[in-house]
Amino acid sequence: MTLAATELEFRTVIGLEVHAQVLTQSKMFCSCSAEYASAPPNTHVCQVCMGLPGALPVINRSAIESVIRTGLALGCTIPPYCKLDRKNYFYPDLPKGYQVSQYDLPLCVDGQLTFTSEGVEKTAGITRVHIEEDTGRLLHRDEGGASVSLVDLNRSGVPLMEIVGEPDLTSPVEARDYLIALRQILRYIGASTGNMEEGAFRCDANISTRTADGSIVGEKVEIKNMNSFRAVERALIYEEERQRKLLAAGESIPQETRGWVDARGVTVSQRTKESAHDYRYFPEPDLPPLTIEASFVDSVQAALPELPAARKARFIESFGLGASDAELLTLERETADYFEVAVGSTTDRARQISNWLLNDVFGLQRERGLPFDAFPIEAQQLNQIVELVEAGDLTGSGAKSLLAGIEPGENARAVAERLNLLAVGDSDVIRAAALETLTANPAAVADYKGGKKAAIGRLMGDTIRATGGRGRPDTVRAILEELLSE
Amino acid sequence: MALTLADVDHVATLARLGLTDAERERMRDQLSVILDHIGELAELDTDSIPPTASVTNMTNVWRDDTVQPSFTTDQVFQNAPRVAEGCFVVRTPLGGEGDEA
Ligand SMILES: [Zn+2]
Repeated sequence: MTLAATELEFRTVIGLEVHAQVLTQSKMFCSCSAEYASAPPNTHVCQVCMGLPGALPVINRSAIESVIRTGLALGCTIPPYCKLDRKNYFYPDLPKGYQVSQYDLPLCVDGQLTFTSEGVEKTAGITRVHIEEDTGRLLHRDEGGASVSLVDLNRSGVPLMEIVGEPDLTSPVEARDYLIALRQILRYIGASTGNMEEGAFRCDANISTRTADGSIVGEKVEIKNMNSFRAVERALIYEEERQRKLLAAGESIPQETRGWVDARGVTVSQRTKESAHDYRYFPEPDLPPLTIEASFVDSVQAALPELPAARKARFIESFGLGASDAELLTLERETADYFEVAVGSTTDRARQISNWLLNDVFGLQRERGLPFDAFPIEAQQLNQIVELVEAGDLTGSGAKSLLAGIEPGENARAVAERLNLLAVGDSDVIRAAALETLTANPAAVADYKGGKKAAIGRLMGDTIRATGGRGRPDTVRAILEELLSE
Repeated sequence: MALTLADVDHVATLARLGLTDAERERMRDQLSVILDHIGELAELDTDSIPPTASVTNMTNVWRDDTVQPSFTTDQVFQNAPRVAEGCFVVRTPLGGEGDEA
């Protein structure tokens, strides 16, 4: 029996597995530098990460702590005992012939991630977070028809954590928003850079389709090779549609692994490297197990920073910010920190500081090509500038000039004085500029006198410019109206 | 415990070993004897002994996150059969071209 896709009500079930590089100085089991992206090939390697016989690995305590910090940020339980296991398979990027990972006793279990998707708050379960090590990298070359691979082991042994989510996601958009929220938390707590382009944050997805009444249930399909949030969303939209069409046509969906081909916008069936998931896990004999004391967990918990969702809520509550501004200010921890330093004790100035930061400081940051965590002016200087604006000592245009001209360590008022940017209270200066403007714009003057009152806007703009941006708009308008009525 | 030839083939595939028919027979017999020998442990009464993954009685052997010098280039490639572009050169495994650009 074949049914049109529209006659069936489908449900999509998605679970995500994220691999995130743990931010450390050295590798997981040896003291080689964990920096691999910019180093020449095979310069950060030793007997341990090359897998030479007899080499003895030693656990990086900081990596363990980062994984526990991640688990706690995701509301996980930290079991008092865990161990490491060997996952065996052969591939040239894995010199030992096994990857050290965790099988049945991971560092963190049973958590959840709360995130917002299309304006609705959602909570998805986190099955586990465990520690493992990354592999080396292969570069493929063609040698007169024969294919060879170049092996670079700089990445071999770099600490990696796997964050396994429950199949609680119901749409591709939700999957994307889950990933964005997870990455934001990892960055907030300093556990990972979350950089997807550099491969420091990778995602595989399991997606299955069923009918709402449960009469038809497709097998779980694993999707790989998605290298951006957009790719995850696109791949899942494609796969959701593919599975629905198959089920509607009365066909079955086999359990398989498929790769996303971004250029073509399709998923294709992949031959898996291992014939079965026959990794023959067994306890790693070179690494004694870990006992995680409650006091250790407590100290990590106590050192957790305020997480993005809580911080956003506090910004709305304490500073009276709108939800979208609070969201923008808390996207990155560095931005939120800068904002809070700028506000300091002047809470009543917070909204203005938020406006100036989001519009003008960010604008200047982009213009100068600065990274998101490098600010063109100091936080205290932003506060001083907003104070001058609120006191009427600086016009909006004067403040913009001051933003662009102030140097580190300088006092905003002193620079405004030096650059002659302070607002002019002296009406003689404005009157002179206004007379000059009126003489130069007979057409606009005629328009105004002929009843087109809107023409005053252009005259005001010219007059303010003639004062070097120092004339306050209300004073300028009053003087122009006075002169035009004569 | 008698292994089947299919078991031997599966293990051989995982180990990337190509076996002749004579070797398959020999491996089946040898591996079966090894498993029987290990199986004798099952005769012991271990009900009162808690399971463990380690026999050293050590826990939390870890180090601080500090970087130490790595190998020199000479040390890295001392035993490498082939080197090019600062990398070990190997034959590309089947189906491996699509892995990374
Ligand atoms: Zn090393």
